[in-house]
Parts: sequence; C-alpha cells; structure tokens
Amino acid sequence: MERIIFGDNQFFAVNHISDEKSRAQSIKFKDDSAIIKTLDVAIAAGINTFMCTTHDRIANICEIIRKDPVKYQDFKIYPCMPYAHKYANAVTEMGIAGTLKQYVPGNFLGSILKGGVAYISKDYISIMELMIDAEMKMFKGINTPVIFIQNVMTDLLLGLGMDEFLIGFANYVRQKYNAEPGFITMNLPKLLDVLEKGGISNPIICASINKANFRMSGGKELYEKVLSEGRCRVIAMQVLGGGAIPASEALEYVSNLPNVESILFGASSKQNIENTVDTIRFYDQQRKEEVIMQ
Amino acid sequence: MVKIALIGAGKMGLSHLSILGAHPDVQIVGVCDTSKIIVDVLERYSGFKCYSDYLKMVEEAKPDAVFVSVPTKYHYTMVKELLKRNINVFTEKPFCLNPNESGELVLLAKKAGVVNQVGYHNKFVGTFKEVKRLVASSAIGEITHFQGEAYGPVVIKKKSETWRSDPSEGGGCLMDYASHVIDLINDIISPIESCKSSILKSIYSKNVDDSVYALVGTSSGATGIISVNWSDETYRKMSTSVTIIGTEGKIVSDANELKVYFKGDVLPKGYSKGWNVKYVTDLTEEVDFYLRGEEYSAQIDYFIKSVKRENKNNVNTFDSAWKTDTSISLIKNQSRI
Repeated sequence: MERIIFGDNQFFAVNHISDEKSRAQSIKFKDDSAIIKTLDVAIAAGINTFMCTTHDRIANICEIIRKDPVKYQDFKIYPCMPYAHKYANAVTEMGIAGTLKQYVPGNFLGSILKGGVAYISKDYISIMELMIDAEMKMFKGINTPVIFIQNVMTDLLLGLGMDEFLIGFANYVRQKYNAEPGFITMNLPKLLDVLEKGGISNPIICASINKANFRMSGGKELYEKVLSEGRCRVIAMQVLGGGAIPASEALEYVSNLPNVESILFGASSKQNIENTVDTIRFYDQQRKEEVIMQ
Repeated sequence: MVKIALIGAGKMGLSHLSILGAHPDVQIVGVCDTSKIIVDVLERYSGFKCYSDYLKMVEEAKPDAVFVSVPTKYHYTMVKELLKRNINVFTEKPFCLNPNESGELVLLAKKAGVVNQVGYHNKFVGTFKEVKRLVASSAIGEITHFQGEAYGPVVIKKKSETWRSDPSEGGGCLMDYASHVIDLINDIISPIESCKSSILKSIYSKNVDDSVYALVGTSSGATGIISVNWSDETYRKMSTSVTIIGTEGKIVSDANELKVYFKGDVLPKGYSKGWNVKYVTDLTEEVDFYLRGEEYSAQIDYFIKSVKRENKNNVNTFDSAWKTDTSISLIKNQSRI
C-alpha cells in the first residue's frame, strides 16, 4: 500500500465537525467534474490510491477513469462497502426483509424469505457474496487491489459476534477479486483479536488513529500498544481527530507511530492536499534521518 | 454480569444488540423477533437463544433487564407486562402512543422500583449535554425564545408502506422524528406545555405527516418554534439542532458543533465574550465500543450502570418521556383545530 491514500468524505458532504461545512462541500462537489479535478490534484501531488465508498456517484467517477486508461494507468481504487446510508434509509422505509429483496440480485432470496428452502449456513454467506458482487459492479476494469468492509458493518458484525461473515468477506474478496480484504473499524484492538482467531493473520485494518483520542475505542494507549506489536497492516484515518488539534501536530503524531503503513486523508483544496502530503513526507524524512544518525 | 433480553431485532434492535454484545458486563440471554430470517441468522451466527413469544422468553431466560425496540404501539402492553414482573426496562422512543399510557407506566415503574430508560440518545451527545449545562447555569440569562429543528431524508418519494407510515402504530414525522427535538427542548429548557398552532403536513406519505411546524410555549414561560421535516433530501442523514435565545446570549447547536454568543462579561469557565465555537470531539468521552455514534454506546452503558445501581438513573426516565408524549399530543391535537 502507498504511504498516503486519498479519501472521499469531502466529496459526499461527510464532515464530523460541522453541518455548515458539510453543506458547502455538497455544493462544491455537485458536479462529477469537480471530484475529478480534485482527484487530479491529488494525483499530481503523488497520491495514486483513492479509497472510496460504493456511493452511486462513484460509478460515474469510475466511468471517467475507464475512459482515460493512459492518464489513470497507475491509479488504484480501494472500494469500501457498503454505502451504509443507502441501506439504513432502505431499512427504515422497507424493513430488513424488504431491503434484502431490493438489493440482493437474483431470486433465490425470495424463496428463503418464504421459508421454502432448507436453511443451510452457506445460504447467508452466499447472500453476502451476491451483495459484494452488486457493490463491485461499478469498479469493473479498474485496479482494486484492496477491498474494504465499512466500519458500520464491520463493527455491527463484531458486536453481534458474527465473525463468520467477516471471515467470509475476506475469503470471498481474495478468491473472486484476487484482492486483499480490508476492514474499517472504530474498534481496532477488539477486531484484530477476532480476525486472528478466525485465521486471518496480519490483516489490513483501517481505523481512527489520532493524537486527540477521537473514536479510538478502548483508548489511545491501548491502540499504541497494539500498533507496537505489529500484528496488522494499518491505515490510519481521522488523523486530524475531527479537527480538534492543529494539522501539523496531528500529522507529526501519526507519521511517527510504529507500524502505521498508510495514512488516509481527504481534502477539498489544492493547498490543503499539497500541505498535507508535504507535511507527512517531511516527518517521514525526518524519521529516516534520525534512524540513520542512530 | 447483567442478564439482558431484547424484544424486536429491527434496525435499532440490532444496533442495541451489537453494542450490548460487546459490553463487558452484559450477557445476552434471549432475543425475541417475529422475522424468521432474523431469528435464523441470530441463532446461527451469534448463538443467541431466540424466541417468538416475549413472555415465554422472559419466563425462561429470566433477564435482569429487557430492551424493547418494537413499533411504538406495542410499547405499552409489553412494558406493562415486564413491569408486572419487576424487570428493569429500556424502551425505544417515542415512549407510547398517548400520554395516558405512558403516565400509567410511569406509576407502575415507580411502584416496581425498577430502572427505566427511553432511547432518546441525543441527551448523550456531547454538544447537547453542554447546551443543557449552559442553560441550567443561566449562562445566557433568561430564555426568551428557541427554535428546535430536525431535517433528514427518510421519506423522499411516494413508496411502500411500513409501520412508520401507519398513524395507529406510532408512525409519522411527529412521533418518529420530531419527538427527538421535543424531548431535547423539554430537557434543556423545560417541558412544552402549550401549543398555539401547529401544522402536520403530508408530503409523500399517504396516511401520516412528513413535516411538523409548531408554535409552542414551555412551563418556564419561554416560547419557541418546532420545525421538523423528514422529507428533506438535502440532508445526508438526520440533522437535529437547537437555537436558544437568552437575555445574556444565544446558543446555536447541532450534534457536531456548538456555537455560543455571550453579551456580557460574566462568563462560564472556558468561554469568552462574543462568539465561541466548540466541537463534539472536544466534548465527547471515549466509549469502550463504538458502533454508530458515541451516544448510542453511552446510553446503553448508562442503563447498565443504573441496573448495577452505579448511578442515579435520572436521564431519559419514563417520567421525562411521558412529558415528551404529553407535548407531542398537544401539538397533534392543536393541528386538528
């Protein structure tokens, strides 16, 4: 994985600290061309991996990328599924069974809902596999070396003790898409134990990691301990801690943590993108020099 | 270990179950749901003992406390049965279909001496907690007027019907969405006890209201406007906010960001004259397990601690939810005039 990965929250008005900023982003990125323009800025700054949710609009972005194979030759997307609000709103409107009917392709689910089919464990894992395929459709022809399950789903399954789905996700993504499975979570220490128990060693985990102790369930110290053990390949997200600490201080902290392979961030302006990239590179360089000096 | 059972594994129920499942002091002893597919998945993959009859579950599993997350119309009967058996109860919001039912349950809970809580999770949001603290300490002086708002994209086109679109089951924007705002105002300022006028408007739904606009008064003499619309797709998810105007300042807050303006020089600690901005990230305590917002984990943790008699059990009590049901019914009745 690359050291710096570009995220998509800003494109879809996801802002953890301000509804006003969220609306401003929604206006700024109304047209797909604005998203592409920002992605191009990120690429020019040396970032070639885009981590994004399976939002409907990403399908349009994929279309643009497919049409220009030369320009996007080295470009990679890490899909993150599912886009939770799509399903959450559907569940509110149609209930859980209604949502499954709407989103699971094919009609064998219909017979399960009617109770006409013998229930074997494999059925539910198969339903998940069908849903993965449905979410992956938009990425056809695009390089997706790591495929993630979103934190709301990871953590829901984690709390419910449904480890088999997490393991099933990993197996299917490897087998069908020849990709590495990734897990986004707000509960890194707990998830890692469960994945290891399920036979997944050194998993790719993307988690909130920041100096502000924001969304690090169990606390920053526990996270630092787990990181120091080097049991997983970590992508740090929410590194600014929701904006609670100055950016430079926040990036210094996360850049210097052991075993954080990549840093995920999103930004709207050219200046912010370039500043963030430069700052991370500066601290990385500084650390390398310190190692050489020792 | 606190033994917990849950009735209704729908959207909220599953969220509660997941948080409860990860809680170190909780043992889940039973789940009751009428959906075959849900029960099948929960039994197979989570290993929970599942039931289709909640009374049978209570009898067999002998829980210390029960979570009730079924459509509102069932709350009254189910909670009453649980109280009869002296079981601690956490129920989803809104509490009951009308304040008579909720009033009766308040008395029963008191008689049974059990822990009781309703799932108005906004009271566990850092910014709103701080708003309550500021108002309670008269930091912005006497409250003259307020605006309570919530907008979101629940019903954005004419479509299939669920219990949320049936008024007799507790559906509609007033019961489902506006209840959050009303409860928040009741808690932060004081209970809404009069309604001068109100409009309940259907936009896409056939049988229920999709938006609520009301002019109300509280027991403390403040007046305010309630403006709620769940058919607003310019919002990505539910956005709840309060604006409170006092003689010494003004508060504008949503779940993420708190803005306070102080007119004078008498200030609470950490604030200065003029505008102040605080973010939920600064006002939120870390939780042990995060699913969809710290507040969801915090309210469950609070309930568990109450059952273990480790706190006072005075947040989101049946009594406060009964007052909210009363305010809801005032707004509903006024709209018919």
